[in-house]
Amino acid sequence: MELRPGLKLSSAVCSTEVIVVAGSGDIDLTCGGVAMLMPGAEAGAADAVDGLTEGTMLGKRYCDDDGTVEVLATKPGDGSIGIGQTALSLKEAKPLPASD
Amino acid sequence: MNILTLLDMAVSGFGDRTAFGSVGSGLTYTELLERSARAGHYFTEAGTDRVSFLDVSSPALPVALFGAAYAGQPFVPLNYRLADGDLAALAERTAPASLVAGTDQVARVASTAGLQVIERDEFLSATESGDALDPSAWSMDPDDIAVLLYTSGTTGEPKAAVLRHKNLVGYILGSVEFMGAGEDEATLVSVPPYHIAGLAAILSSVYAGRRVVQLPNFDADTWIDLVASEGVTHAMVVPTMLARIVEQMTARSIELPSLRALSYGGGRMPLPVIDQALRLFPETRFVNAYGLTETSSTISLLGPDDHRQAHVSDDPSIQRRLTSVGQPLPTLEVSIRDDEGAEVPSGTPGEVWVRGEQVAGEYLQQGSKLTAEGWFPTNDGGELDAHGYLYVTGRLDDVIVRGGENISPGEIEDVLLAHPEVRDVAVIGIPNDQWGETIAAVVVGSATEDELKAFVAERLRSSRSPDTVVYRDELPYNDTGKLLRRVLRAELAES
Repeated sequence: MELRPGLKLSSAVCSTEVIVVAGSGDIDLTCGGVAMLMPGAEAGAADAVDGLTEGTMLGKRYCDDDGTVEVLATKPGDGSIGIGQTALSLKEAKPLPASD
Repeated sequence: MNILTLLDMAVSGFGDRTAFGSVGSGLTYTELLERSARAGHYFTEAGTDRVSFLDVSSPALPVALFGAAYAGQPFVPLNYRLADGDLAALAERTAPASLVAGTDQVARVASTAGLQVIERDEFLSATESGDALDPSAWSMDPDDIAVLLYTSGTTGEPKAAVLRHKNLVGYILGSVEFMGAGEDEATLVSVPPYHIAGLAAILSSVYAGRRVVQLPNFDADTWIDLVASEGVTHAMVVPTMLARIVEQMTARSIELPSLRALSYGGGRMPLPVIDQALRLFPETRFVNAYGLTETSSTISLLGPDDHRQAHVSDDPSIQRRLTSVGQPLPTLEVSIRDDEGAEVPSGTPGEVWVRGEQVAGEYLQQGSKLTAEGWFPTNDGGELDAHGYLYVTGRLDDVIVRGGENISPGEIEDVLLAHPEVRDVAVIGIPNDQWGETIAAVVVGSATEDELKAFVAERLRSSRSPDTVVYRDELPYNDTGKLLRRVLRAELAES
């Protein structure tokens, strides 16, 4: 699927929704190992692949190893976000003190 | 990408928490999103291009801001303190627009062509019930314009800074932890809606889940009373506000134990004021934030630990950090450049350049001011020290060139403010046939001219010593704490 920043995608296997924060071009973004759905696409019956069910947490960001693809979970769910069958990692950021 | 995504996530995560106002009577996140959908419908029906706002802070502010985003119209807050002529000029530039106005402001813009004016309370009633745009029906184009903000124009005609959804959302995602605030936290916002910090505070607080208490017109006593009565844990102030808070707290000998974090920015903080504030709030975490309208707010900050270390340190290089704006945010780059745009080594003064997702660097009509490599030259002078701390010396336009030597007013002001009989000071350049410019110090205080000249000469080079000292009862500031140097220059040029 063609990713671009701002694109909203939903999971075909659970309640997860994400927004693309970084990453453009033809990237096979998955949730639970199954391709995520473009806006307006109908979900068929699909189950998550075993081992890709760590889940997504609301407000957390997930990225690939070199940080070229990053998504923000705007709805939580049971599937893991990945590219193909490889799960993305939870992005840990040191919280900054409130400044405004 | 849309700032509404931030609010939508807040609704998913903690929709029943109070977002704005007092617990029990305020707006929850869910109610705010519902009202925004109705406001979006209202603005769409109005068929205008923009949503403008001419009022002090109230719950109408977040409803109009998010409602504008729902309708896909830029939000354009106007400065209600402007003189009638200046306001009329900006209102005309903003049309065609819906404009939410305070009760006392309606008459000032009612006759402007192309404005559909609605009074604030009427606007709030209109968003209580009725037609709404569809849930999640907002545009996700990251390049849509979220906010147009007129810069304060301390040096000339106001420019409309363009902030796109990607800039503001990028800033929040990069600097705020989602749901990072405890349910007991509340922030007191006393900067006005037309200041970038006032808008950034709304977005940051919504994403963090921190309740916002709004103070429409700042005065130190009301601020102190609200902190106490609302259990305020966080606040942001400009330096002139902190100076008055410190004065009043000392006069009333009061303590505010609920206040865990106090951030300040928007102008130069006099060392004596922050020194006194650190003593008055021994447990509070202080943050000095530096940013510009064009960068979606904060780009560099001096954190709580740095404040306390610098305050107690005997090492002058650590003490000095209290006059820095700390270190750049990890999500962006800061570089100091010379006149040719080449990077200078640490410890060398130059112009502050910044690059990152939150950096807009763009004005309506004039377009993008970013370099081909995406850097925004801020027109602020500054330097980075060997440890990566950023020292901002002020606007490059304010630099005094005396006999070919570049002199930063801030450096001399810092020295003069350390004199016990100087309460406030501005240093400006006066045109001079022999030197190009000479140095004038405009002083609020009782120290004599000779004392002050000697005081500076002892601490800086003699060429930094003021050529003239004039006295004033107070200095001219705008209401967001920016010193109006051009007013002083004009006054001194006349005399």
